[in-house]
Amino acid sequence: MKFVDEFRDKEIAEGLIRRIQKTSTRPIQLMEVCGTHTVSIFRYGIRGVLPEHIRLISGPGCPVCVTPNGDIDLAIALSRQKDTIIVTFGDMMRVPGSTSSLLKEKAEGRDIRIIYSSLEALKIVKEHPGKRVVFLAIGFETTSPTIAVAILRAEEEKLHNLFFLNSQKRVPPALIALLQSKQVKINGFILPGHVSTIIGINPYQFIAKEFGRPAVITGFEPLDILQGIWMLVKQIEENRAAIEIQYRRVVHEEGNPIALRKIDQVFEKDESRWRGLGLIPDSGYRFKESYKEMDVRNVDVEVEPPKEHPECLCGEVLQGIKSPLECRLFKKVCHPENPIGPCMVSIEGTCHTYFKYQ
Amino acid sequence: MCLGIPGRVVEIEKNVAKVDVGGLLRDISLDLCPDVSIGEYVLIHTGFAIQKVDEKEAEETLYLLIKMAEGI
Repeated sequence: MKFVDEFRDKEIAEGLIRRIQKTSTRPIQLMEVCGTHTVSIFRYGIRGVLPEHIRLISGPGCPVCVTPNGDIDLAIALSRQKDTIIVTFGDMMRVPGSTSSLLKEKAEGRDIRIIYSSLEALKIVKEHPGKRVVFLAIGFETTSPTIAVAILRAEEEKLHNLFFLNSQKRVPPALIALLQSKQVKINGFILPGHVSTIIGINPYQFIAKEFGRPAVITGFEPLDILQGIWMLVKQIEENRAAIEIQYRRVVHEEGNPIALRKIDQVFEKDESRWRGLGLIPDSGYRFKESYKEMDVRNVDVEVEPPKEHPECLCGEVLQGIKSPLECRLFKKVCHPENPIGPCMVSIEGTCHTYFKYQ
Repeated sequence: MCLGIPGRVVEIEKNVAKVDVGGLLRDISLDLCPDVSIGEYVLIHTGFAIQKVDEKEAEETLYLLIKMAEGI
């Protein structure tokens, strides 16, 4: 496939590895923020080919994993209401809430459907005019403009039975929280390529300016990741801290202004709760006044108090503090067929990736 | 969740493109990336084109990578 296969060339990869080995002298920890990076890093064995003193740690970049139990419980409570259809992206189905999951509720007969694109929600709304359709909308900035388009279309087409359980997240404020918490030492960030396709370079400038750390917006093929790591190593060895773009074929400094405008039309920044990281200022979105009637959080419904498995380390894994290998449940009780926490459910969850490749 | 794959635009009708993704044709919304032409590549995320793939930048990156990998 064009723009994919060229970036998997073995000989070039070997040359890049030699260059990293030659350039790097200091012990460092780099965080790959995005779960899609974690999957690529494991699939192509990148951890194993780096010098021992370069350690890669996985970050919170898995939207399914960071969705707090309270939101899953709310979706479950709503699914039990009369004439309600819940729609969401596939991975959310199996994430355990406090006492149930959407998949279990579906087996009990609730109307819960998987969609691939936000626009499919509009189709379902039109096909079921007498029902309330609730879109459990998760995702980072890559996905948010697609959800904004669905909201704008619903308004244009006067679809009054579509509601949103908005659990979207913004990446940069989570990085501030990680850097402020100081629980894990991060010498540089491998920044998410596709989030950055939308938001561009400026929202990350604080990483270099306020925290003095380098960061590189990186693509997802092995050569992209190796080049991104080399760019970080080079900055660290030269005592520099800047935000650089490796993934130039789809990331521009200004991001995607059309997509950013769509987000801005319907949402404004708001605090948001992340699994593991807690409540983070400006890390989510709330509806702007003129779209508030689509917010299902305004609906009165009784939700059970959230509780989590006391031994699940997903929260610590999401912050890079613990590795899945340190979890007592990993592989013993918790595996992809019986996930205890969301990090084992999502195909880009760190525990799932460790289970598959380690 | 943030998966994105490149595909080649083969047909455009209003704000929907038929995009060839590894041999399969898919209908892709151009709401977020309207300024594309037939033959160009777009990055696709959950049924939307979210950016054009810049062929020149891709070539420059590859050229740089080849140079970096040589003679070391």
